[in-house]
Amino acid sequence: MELFNLGIRSIFIDNMIFAYFLGMCSFLAVSKKVSTAIGLGAAVIFVLTVTVPVNWLLNEYVLKEGALTWVSADLASIDLTFLRFIMFIAIIAAMVQLVEMVVEKFAPALYGALGIFLPLIAVNCAILGGSLFMAQRDYTIAESAVYGFGSGTGFCLAIVALAAIREKLKYSAVPNGLKGLGITMLLTGLMGIAFMSFMGIDL
Amino acid sequence: MSAETVEKAIEKKPAEALLSKRRKKLVSDPLVDDNPITIQVLGICSALAVTTQMKPTLVMAISVIFVVVMSNLVISLMRNTIPSRVRIIVQLAVVATLVTLVSEVLRAFAYDMYKELSVFIGLIITNCIVMGRLEAFALGNKPYDSVLDGFGSALGYSWIILTVAFFRELLGSGSVFGLPIYDTISGLFGPDFKLATNGLMVSPVGAFVILGLIIWVQRTKTGYVEH
Repeated sequence: MELFNLGIRSIFIDNMIFAYFLGMCSFLAVSKKVSTAIGLGAAVIFVLTVTVPVNWLLNEYVLKEGALTWVSADLASIDLTFLRFIMFIAIIAAMVQLVEMVVEKFAPALYGALGIFLPLIAVNCAILGGSLFMAQRDYTIAESAVYGFGSGTGFCLAIVALAAIREKLKYSAVPNGLKGLGITMLLTGLMGIAFMSFMGIDL
Repeated sequence: MSAETVEKAIEKKPAEALLSKRRKKLVSDPLVDDNPITIQVLGICSALAVTTQMKPTLVMAISVIFVVVMSNLVISLMRNTIPSRVRIIVQLAVVATLVTLVSEVLRAFAYDMYKELSVFIGLIITNCIVMGRLEAFALGNKPYDSVLDGFGSALGYSWIILTVAFFRELLGSGSVFGLPIYDTISGLFGPDFKLATNGLMVSPVGAFVILGLIIWVQRTKTGYVEH
């Protein structure tokens, strides 16, 4: 139940886009068509669900203060937290590469759909943000897997919804200065208000 | 090492002025005409979340300026030795190291600020401006030019997020840099007069709307139209 609650929270309330502005770059750049938005969204769900638990293992058994006690009791005083950024980003880049190769080998159809988005994702703020939030909030491994999946789904939901609106938007007369980014920001704001209505939901 | 000395030898020949017209353009272009946020749509990711107050925004802006300038410099110095196949990893490593430096310095000397910015300092790593400038400029240009270019872009980013923060703090909390503007104004008009703050400005929605409006004003002025 706790886990389910966390999942719902990370999809709707702590939404990556509307609450933390993470992954805005790709959110704005790849939301012109619904089909590509779905592709990117799926890739984000996939990568977040994989990288957050992997980074949890790394954080728990290597980086945290006293995490190295499983190697030898002498290492209990070592605190490698300052290496967090560089290790997390390295893991993410490596995992993305690995996922890309596995998908290419075993699911060529999926690779065709996700292929071009996977490399983009290595530098997506939402992915690193997910891992950093996981470390900051001291999730357990089950929680971090649910959190990764949930926040990925939240991102996917947001980008697909925005893409659908932008497809319709093509037929409306927008003032010149607002075209493109400007109107998209205002739209995102309005969608954010809609998502605020989920606030306070607690299962 | 050797690449660096060769560089200096070449640089001496044309003897370009330290702040020639071209170099001034490197700094001034990204401020308005080619602004990273409003025109190039880069670096929106981690910026908006910190703009509820002016103070953390200023810290964020300074951190980004530092990271962009230094990473541009380092990558530009190494540009002839980086194989293009692994350049992304090299860039990420350099940027992550610099960001770690910033975060450790903040933790040591400004712990409250470090707490407040939390994960967003770390997210400078994935700030598209940093990678964008490295890819687009530092990999193919000399160190001094790259530094200027990075400085210009980071400055363009900074003034936009500071503007967003100014409006969000003023309208949302009724203050600027923590100075209670609204209370002071209300005080002038007697006890019954009270300026109301807008709670929406503090929420993420405010950031989107304010930035959207800034983009509108800015693009109308420069006449830039996106198709």
